[in-house]
Amino acid sequence: MDFQPTQDQRDLRSGVRALLEGRYGRRELRAAVEAGAAVDRGLWRELGEAGLFALRLAESEGGVGLALPEAVIAFEEAGRALVPGPLVATHLAAGVVPGAAAGTAVVTAFDLGGDLVAYLGEADAVLGAAALPEGEPVRAVDPLTPLHRVVRPDGVHLDAYVPQGALLTAALQVGSALRTLELAVRYAGEREQFGQPVGAFQAVKHLCAQMLVRAEVARTAVYAAAVTGDRGEAAGAKLLADGAAVRNARDCLQVHGGMGFTWEADVHLHLKRAWVRAEQWRTAAEAEELLAEELLDSAG
Amino acid sequence: MDLTYTDEEQDFRARLRAWLLKALPELPARPSPDDWPGRRAYDLGWQRRLYEAGYAGLHWPVDAGGRGATPTQHLIFLEETERAGAPYVGANFVGLLHAGPTVAAEGTAEQRARWLPPVLRGEEVWCQGFSEPDAGSDLAALRTRAVRDGDDYVISGSKIWTSHAEVADWCELLVRTDPGAPKHRGISWLAMPMDAPGVTVRPLRTLAGSTEFAEVFLDEVRVPVANRVGAENDGWRVTMVTLSFERGTAFVGEVVACRRTLRELARTAKANGRWDDPVLRRRLGRLHGEFGALWRLTQWNVSESERSGGVPGVGGSVFKLAYSHARQDLYDVAAEVLGASALSLDEEWVQGRLSGLSYTIAAGTSQIQRNIVAERILGLPKGR
Repeated sequence: MDFQPTQDQRDLRSGVRALLEGRYGRRELRAAVEAGAAVDRGLWRELGEAGLFALRLAESEGGVGLALPEAVIAFEEAGRALVPGPLVATHLAAGVVPGAAAGTAVVTAFDLGGDLVAYLGEADAVLGAAALPEGEPVRAVDPLTPLHRVVRPDGVHLDAYVPQGALLTAALQVGSALRTLELAVRYAGEREQFGQPVGAFQAVKHLCAQMLVRAEVARTAVYAAAVTGDRGEAAGAKLLADGAAVRNARDCLQVHGGMGFTWEADVHLHLKRAWVRAEQWRTAAEAEELLAEELLDSAG
Repeated sequence: MDLTYTDEEQDFRARLRAWLLKALPELPARPSPDDWPGRRAYDLGWQRRLYEAGYAGLHWPVDAGGRGATPTQHLIFLEETERAGAPYVGANFVGLLHAGPTVAAEGTAEQRARWLPPVLRGEEVWCQGFSEPDAGSDLAALRTRAVRDGDDYVISGSKIWTSHAEVADWCELLVRTDPGAPKHRGISWLAMPMDAPGVTVRPLRTLAGSTEFAEVFLDEVRVPVANRVGAENDGWRVTMVTLSFERGTAFVGEVVACRRTLRELARTAKANGRWDDPVLRRRLGRLHGEFGALWRLTQWNVSESERSGGVPGVGGSVFKLAYSHARQDLYDVAAEVLGASALSLDEEWVQGRLSGLSYTIAAGTSQIQRNIVAERILGLPKGR
């Protein structure tokens, strides 16, 4: 048993991180927020060329031929960089919807509960649906996740995509949880009050320590679920990752004090996106019910 | 990232499982919790069986009499013994997981020859003399004094929360050998015989009603200088070696036990109708997810220490924080499943709920663990 990333997996992580730092750093993120531009088609194609969408497609089909563990590592980095757009749906559509694998098509999905769908205005296709439905725009809480209210067409079956959709979304959540931890630790080390960095105060230290505990437990759950491909483990991973992303963003906001409540601090962008993702593919309530059922089955 | 076990590891697991199937039915009945001589005999008897079967000191180095097993094999051992319902390490805890590894790492050849074999053979029990009434979580504030007199140290002071003190042969004792030095320096690590004149043990009653631990009073106790492990005044560093062992491996078997407990709880809830309450059912589902992740975190930490050459890292603090709180949640949910029955001390669940209250305090409180995580992993500044 060697449950540690291989050298190839570490290289993949640093490659994706370097690409995103160069192409979608803080300046690009803030510019996108100000312009209200959710999906950057140029970036989408570059992500396609780098293999993010075709990562698990067989090489014979023009893909990279890797597996779920590599996919969650890449998605963790995308979550860290807060890349907007229907990353998970487009990845799941590779090999199914023309152009998805290469990043020339933007594919969304009915992955939210209720009658809302994300990125409808920028999408070329909806996963599993024959045509793009009509929708009414809704004022969305996350400035980079536009929402439409739609009447869902009949005959859309997403069930087969749910376990992997949930797991890849969990990976995005883990990346965000680790990033807000980093932002909190950096701020706590710089900001001085009462003559010392606020990070020297136990109350602040303990917030940060709990952020690490949440993120590490969720990250291990995501990796394990990617290795085993187990449906129950993927549900557990989503549950823990949603909690880690949302609660870490809130604690990060708290560490930033009044600054954290401003539009200028990035933390609200992480929090709002974490709220969106928590509603995607598998909610906490759904994951808990699935896990309860599995527990009872295993109890015999 | 790979979660499959090698052929060698699977073979090790199969042989251990077969041996446990044979050995467990031959065990005598478990003594009652407050029968200390009985518990000592029971725990040492099991240790003897492990020794004879070649499973004693599995994770100890070969030159210390151990088996030099990999961290993964040790993980399999803890998993299988817990799964089979074999006795917990019990009275041998400090000797096997704590004092033994410390003597193996820091002791002289004579010290290793004197103290290690009796631990492995199940002949001697150790206890831990670290905590003091006035020091508490500030372990380095300890005041028990050791004054050099010829070839002896003369020791006066007191220790507290000493598990198994009543039946221990040896105590790993931290003493202050230089009162003038800064508090982390000037400490030494000694092996003290518990039958030395001047040692008095007074049992303390826990909130669970048992005498789990004791206070130990030391009145001019003479301990040979030759019993010091490591250099004089270097005991803090030796202690940190010891504590990393304690936090690294102490809870592996318990995660397995908690997952079994959770399955029993689901059966109980199904039988008494509480399973139909969606709020409670969802909390059980969440715990199933959390303990599944904690088991994976255990495998992650073991894989990491295997790569780093077997030295447990500060990741143990992350694990202890997550585990100790999750275990308390588990027993709180158990009480909800049981309803008013959870008020009866005859329920096994209630003992688990009570004993679990110590998990966020013992072996470094959650507050201390958070300081460790914040300062040593995240690099936040120390407070003034």
